[in-house]
Amino acid sequence: MGFKNYCFKKSLWVFHFGGASCNNCDIEILDCLTPRHDLERFGILLVGSIRHADVLLVNGSINIRDKERLIEVYNQAPKPILVVAIGACGCTGGLFTDSYTFAGPVDKIIPVNAYVPGCPPKPEAIIAGIIKLVLNA
Amino acid sequence: MAVNLFYFLVFPGLLFAAVVGAFLSWFDRKITARVQFRKGPPLLQPFYDFFKLLLVKETILPKHGSPLIFLLAPVFAVFGATMAGVFILLPLLNITTGFRGDLLVIFYLLTIPSFSYIIGALASGNPLAAVGGSREMKLIFSYELTFLLLIAGIIMKCGQQFDLYTIIKAQQEGSPFIGSISGVLLFIVGIFCIQAKLALVPFDMPEAEAEITEGIFIEYSGAAYAMIKLTKYIMFFILPAFLIALLMNGFRLDGIHILWAVLKVLAVVLVITLIRNTNPRVKIKQAIKFFVLWMNLLAVIALVLIEFGY
Repeated sequence: MGFKNYCFKKSLWVFHFGGASCNNCDIEILDCLTPRHDLERFGILLVGSIRHADVLLVNGSINIRDKERLIEVYNQAPKPILVVAIGACGCTGGLFTDSYTFAGPVDKIIPVNAYVPGCPPKPEAIIAGIIKLVLNA
Repeated sequence: MAVNLFYFLVFPGLLFAAVVGAFLSWFDRKITARVQFRKGPPLLQPFYDFFKLLLVKETILPKHGSPLIFLLAPVFAVFGATMAGVFILLPLLNITTGFRGDLLVIFYLLTIPSFSYIIGALASGNPLAAVGGSREMKLIFSYELTFLLLIAGIIMKCGQQFDLYTIIKAQQEGSPFIGSISGVLLFIVGIFCIQAKLALVPFDMPEAEAEITEGIFIEYSGAAYAMIKLTKYIMFFILPAFLIALLMNGFRLDGIHILWAVLKVLAVVLVITLIRNTNPRVKIKQAIKFFVLWMNLLAVIALVLIEFGY
């Protein structure tokens, strides 16, 4: 189990699911992959297909239309998959908690492994969240 | 029999080619990172990726499509790449296979991975995979003639010899073929053919990441995707090795020449990586035009020059 788990931790491929986001979190997520922060040194890559993903990053408030798509994407992912909720909207709903289109924070829809709060969280905070995820995985 | 199995599975075949290819793939990613002023992944990253896909992840089968062909296609791809690897690496390491005419066999074996990808993509029943598959087909049509012209040039240069061992020996006794004008032209043609065969960036439309989300590989996950990664590692080693065998003298395995062999492989991979990092993805129409018109023209000029002895 140790070897498998070690390989899994060392090579997390990330699929990015943007809900009804204001794009701030998207920009900060992309910032993690740029030269300054460079998450590829931990083996983290952004992949285009959910079939290749090990981590599902969810940001933005999840509204009624996003909900079924999020569930579909989660079901299409090969297990084991880790889910990370990014930003205030992903973690709790933030500003949009009382909105009539809001369908609940991410952890009401799918199981979540890590939360990175902030509006938007800094790249350092995202990296700290990922390190915690790796250490607990 | 036992020796043949050893050749196929361990030394120049599956294990050796895959391990060297994995390190070359790390080299490629590291150079890419350095070009972009990043730090880059650790040395064992390709192994982590491979074992994660093979051992940890679940393999999902497509609901609409043919699961059996979908799963067999990556196995065929590994098989074809390994066969081509054995035929290329045995003469390269100065072990004669005694098989005259192996150049044409290598030429056909090298296309098996691409065809397997197409079959697997079409068996997955995904529309984006079908788009990727059709692009891969067009790409094969465009670069295959150029690649054949390259091999024809080498055969003419060597005096109508069809086996790789004789070609390498002729270069080691005389001078390497790249030391002439026609050799340089053939090297340029060969580099672009390798780029298209590996589906690297100027010609990566079959697996365009942002556009059709990995295209032909979109439905693959788990162990099946690990087999595709393995094929990619093997191809990343044997295609530069093939170019070195054809044009750059092959390998010599005594004393200081081992260092030269390593440096030659690294240099060819470096050229491929730099081309991949300094170019945008072209459209499939532009790629066909590039190969059918310009690269074929260059190859034909090289053939004419060889005929006149340059």
